[in-house]
Amino acid sequence: MAAFGATLVRAGRRFLSSLPALFGVLVFTFLLMRVLPGDPAVFFASGPNSGKEEIEAIRKQMGLDKPVPEQLMFYLYDVGSGNLGRSMMTGQLVTKDLRERLPASLELTLTALLIALVSAVPLGVFAALRQGSLIDHGVRFFCALGVCVPTFVSGLLLIYVFYYLLGLAPDPTGRVDIFASLPPRRTGFLLIDFLLVGDFDGWWAAFRQLILPALSMALFVVAPLARITRASMLVSLGSDFVRTARSVGLPWWKVVVTYALRNAILPVITIAGIVFSTMLGANVLVEKVFSWPGVASYALDALLSSDYAPVQGFVLLMATVFVIVNLLVDILYGIADPRVTIG
Amino acid sequence: MTSATLRHAGWILRGNPLTGVAATGVFLLVLIAIFGPWIVPYDPIVSNVSQALMPPSAAHVAGTDQLGRDVFSRLIVAARLDLAIAVSAVGISFAIGAVIGAICGYTGGRLDRGVGRFVDVVMAFPLFVLAMAMVAALGNRVENIIVATAIINLPFYIRFARAEVNVRRNVGWVEAARACGDSHISVILRFLLPNVLPAMAVQISLNLGWAILNAAGLSFIGLGVKPPTPEWGIMVAEGARFISTGKWWLVAFPGLALMLTVLCFNLLGDGVRDILDPRMRT
Amino acid sequence: MTSSLLELNDLHVTFSTRRGLVEAVRGVTLSLGAGEMLGLVGESGSGKSVTGFAITRLLDAAGRITAGQIRFRGQDITRIAGSDFRHLHGAAMAMIFQNPRGALNPIRAVGDQIADAITAHKRMPRDQARAQALELLRAVQIRDPQKRMAAYPHELSGGMCQRVMIAMAISCNPALLIADEPTTGLDVTTQKVVMDLLTGIAAERGMATILITHDLGLAARYCRRVVVMEQGRLVEEAEPKKLFRAPQHAYTKRLVAASPTATSRITDLVPEEERAREVAIQIVPRSPPAPGTPPLLEVQKLVKRFDQGDAAVADFSMMINAGESVGLVGESGSGKSTTSRIVCRLIDASEGEIAFEGKSIGHIPARDFHRSPFRKDIQIVFQDPTDSLNPRYTAFDCIAHPLLRLAGMRSGDALRQRVEECAQRVGLGIELLTRFPHQLSGGQKARVGIARAIACRPRLLVLDEPTAALDVSVQAVVLQLLDRLRREDDLAFLFVSHDLNVVRMMCDRTIVLQNGLIVEQGESRAMFDNPQTAYTRELVDAVPHIEPELAALANGAPVAPRRG
Repeated sequence: MAAFGATLVRAGRRFLSSLPALFGVLVFTFLLMRVLPGDPAVFFASGPNSGKEEIEAIRKQMGLDKPVPEQLMFYLYDVGSGNLGRSMMTGQLVTKDLRERLPASLELTLTALLIALVSAVPLGVFAALRQGSLIDHGVRFFCALGVCVPTFVSGLLLIYVFYYLLGLAPDPTGRVDIFASLPPRRTGFLLIDFLLVGDFDGWWAAFRQLILPALSMALFVVAPLARITRASMLVSLGSDFVRTARSVGLPWWKVVVTYALRNAILPVITIAGIVFSTMLGANVLVEKVFSWPGVASYALDALLSSDYAPVQGFVLLMATVFVIVNLLVDILYGIADPRVTIG
Repeated sequence: MTSATLRHAGWILRGNPLTGVAATGVFLLVLIAIFGPWIVPYDPIVSNVSQALMPPSAAHVAGTDQLGRDVFSRLIVAARLDLAIAVSAVGISFAIGAVIGAICGYTGGRLDRGVGRFVDVVMAFPLFVLAMAMVAALGNRVENIIVATAIINLPFYIRFARAEVNVRRNVGWVEAARACGDSHISVILRFLLPNVLPAMAVQISLNLGWAILNAAGLSFIGLGVKPPTPEWGIMVAEGARFISTGKWWLVAFPGLALMLTVLCFNLLGDGVRDILDPRMRT
Repeated sequence: MTSSLLELNDLHVTFSTRRGLVEAVRGVTLSLGAGEMLGLVGESGSGKSVTGFAITRLLDAAGRITAGQIRFRGQDITRIAGSDFRHLHGAAMAMIFQNPRGALNPIRAVGDQIADAITAHKRMPRDQARAQALELLRAVQIRDPQKRMAAYPHELSGGMCQRVMIAMAISCNPALLIADEPTTGLDVTTQKVVMDLLTGIAAERGMATILITHDLGLAARYCRRVVVMEQGRLVEEAEPKKLFRAPQHAYTKRLVAASPTATSRITDLVPEEERAREVAIQIVPRSPPAPGTPPLLEVQKLVKRFDQGDAAVADFSMMINAGESVGLVGESGSGKSTTSRIVCRLIDASEGEIAFEGKSIGHIPARDFHRSPFRKDIQIVFQDPTDSLNPRYTAFDCIAHPLLRLAGMRSGDALRQRVEECAQRVGLGIELLTRFPHQLSGGQKARVGIARAIACRPRLLVLDEPTAALDVSVQAVVLQLLDRLRREDDLAFLFVSHDLNVVRMMCDRTIVLQNGLIVEQGESRAMFDNPQTAYTRELVDAVPHIEPELAALANGAPVAPRRG
């Protein structure tokens, strides 16, 4: 019980210490988007052909005629009250756009992470247990190659194989068939929403659309995860405390699981957090390849059409998500490793 | 010292054939990057629409793209750009990051904490996200890709150098150096950094591979490099449109080039560590 | 006549390394009866630990028994498959290791680990196992056993971790316990407690024990029979008393001579036969200092506080005269290392004064001291020779380093001559100067460290446990070397160590530290023969004497019955 309390205290402390990072993110983005060369008012105006009066009005509204520290205050106030500007493309508030599209990106990333973990950890463990065997060499070879193939290439090749050659996958565009009906929006996660309504056909269709993009994102991170699991497991298996466990005659499975694996998993948790950051970035690539309607493709389209408010919103969102994920990973690690919370 | 290093390098390479292969690969890559434009069979820029979208054949080893250009020639020429971006970005971030990290790891205190905060902030941005923001702010040019990649890599080198120096700073021979009359700065620059170099060299090699992948990814989504400039990422982007109609070579060959390049850098990284670490010398 | 519990017959163990096959054990034959305690003594590379691991089938993957036989309870266990060996592990034979904290699962509560060991051989409900675990913790005399059940290894001290390991090992009542350097890394007082505990439990349960150690004194104190190993071979086997009074083998003679005892002198460290080889010492006759000359080093009321606020060292004052050797002893956490670093000006004190020949050096901050002319007068020899040499420098570079920085010499013949001179003085062959640290032995590295320290002819040498990481026979030679250098150069020593026997031999005066405070100081021999404070007495008593009866009689205490 004391351990739980200690974990909460630690979580609270970690949260407080991540606030400066969040603040730093806000300031950094501010500097990037507003203080650099170029006229931000033109950027944030409602169109490239907006008249001078409108640009002036925007400038006043954004407070660009005021000194920089005051601008920062306005900016922080705006962000705090949820005002991230308006998108030229969609005509809506950026906040609204992001909220609509975030579940799509999250569903993709989380599914990919799940697939990656479920494949990588057992692979890494088996490779470590059978060091030098065919499985081990196979895993190491696969890992060596896996980090070398870019996500967008593997995504495209997957489409080629499963859609064009084998005809198994549906048209790799978007989350659902254009003609299919969407379930009532509860969580925004299609897989969950379909289940909630009991629509199994719809669920299956959504799943089939999800699997290829999730797989291509997963492929890229399976390699580092499997590698760290294998390395960590090898260290664990060769450690002094595993030798002690063997010396008192503990059964094989207990040595491997309770003693070796639980210790080996600690660095994997840390790496999983880092890997998640890579995936947030890879989101941009995968959403482009599969025309997935998530926040990343939204921001990208906006960027390429010189619509900058969505880009700013996207950057803030991603950084915030990452800080939160790091916090969760930290807490999880604290639960798994008592050396961190106690003593 | 150098002849001994070369002899040792030869011994390592003979023991690890894979490293030798990787080293040869990187060497070839550099050659291609330097001499590429002069040795290609076809012009990489000029279009020849009558020859568009032809699968690999004897005449066009890697097929042709939608404008009839020879994919193989474009691949060769693209090596230069990709390599240049990666080397500049990694070079900048290594040079700056290693020194800052070493000083932080050695001194500790407020400087360390301040830099740590900065590092936390930068690490909160996934590369693509940051690159997009930088391009939005500074303009869609290749230079900004290099800057973005360098900044994203900076925290990594800072943390790495800091950790390595921190571990070593209380080691006996560092104290001995101080007792023998060296100042702190002298210790950092003349002793700690060189001792940290082998580990860093591995990271640099791995980083180069990663930087190439990222450069390709960024140009894939349309940032930085513009057509008709040949670059591996852009070639995949241009070929992506045709994948659903079965024109696999437009994506596969640039992808293969990327994969082989990154593979060579990764394998080389491990070999480099063995060569530079004097403990392996006998 | 006790029937043999364990028999080793011409055992050979080979390791496959990058350089080919290395034979670590070359034909060891010994036997052990039930309830007997055997000491297996050797220096590094002797193969003693490997023998222990071979018996319990815990060898590294690279190691293999290539010849010979191991019989346990009459049964040949040499070729049993790993999975079949499991029922022997813990139930018939158990092992405890050095570095006890590292040998316990860091993320599992200690009570659970003991319970795991219990349920490995007997099926029982978890609470019953935990209750038994609690009983075991009591048996190994851990204080507050109830509370400790839920503790993690990092919350316990080294001694407590070792007790937990002992509890795990004896949980299923094995007939044989192998203890591999169980007290290395523990303080001297903790060492005694753990060993007494171990022998007590072994006697109680009729457990046979093999004590693997490099410390001859320790083995002699606790074991009925001692076996000496060198380079994988068994060279001598005898009862401790006989081993010390009349060693037969040349190696044993060297080992016995080199193990410092309560009464040995520096010249005793090398056996009779080898003494003739010593170079005649050129002692510069020391004229007594003129009255009124300030002492070489004077430290007054030194205090050092680290960030957390607690003082690591407090109210420390001492004086060293030219050519004098002062010892600084204490256990871990006593502050002796911190003090030595402050004296050597590598770190700054929080309060207090340090004066060298009357001139204050305490006010010069540590980061600027390298520029002061006093830098070359105070040099330091470090504990771990491997650690203290820059791996990228040859031996020549290491010794030349201070000459280049502090004596203002330039590369050239003069430098080369001076470096070779230093190497010769410390007995390091000139041909070794081009080697890198990893190509030198422990003793050679120690010599390089010493040569480096004396290169600039310092007046005061701070020695921080200079021989702690060395084998006993190498230590003997290095100590003799240090003593000779001191007398030739009229060097003053500040000798920091936890080994009382060494300090007694090497130092004129000794200061005893506990928790950062001076507990007692005085002339070395007198203080150790007749300690005035309880702590010093505890330290002296904890040192394993080779002939406890004699020592006990000298102190007037009744002789404890010999166990084993």
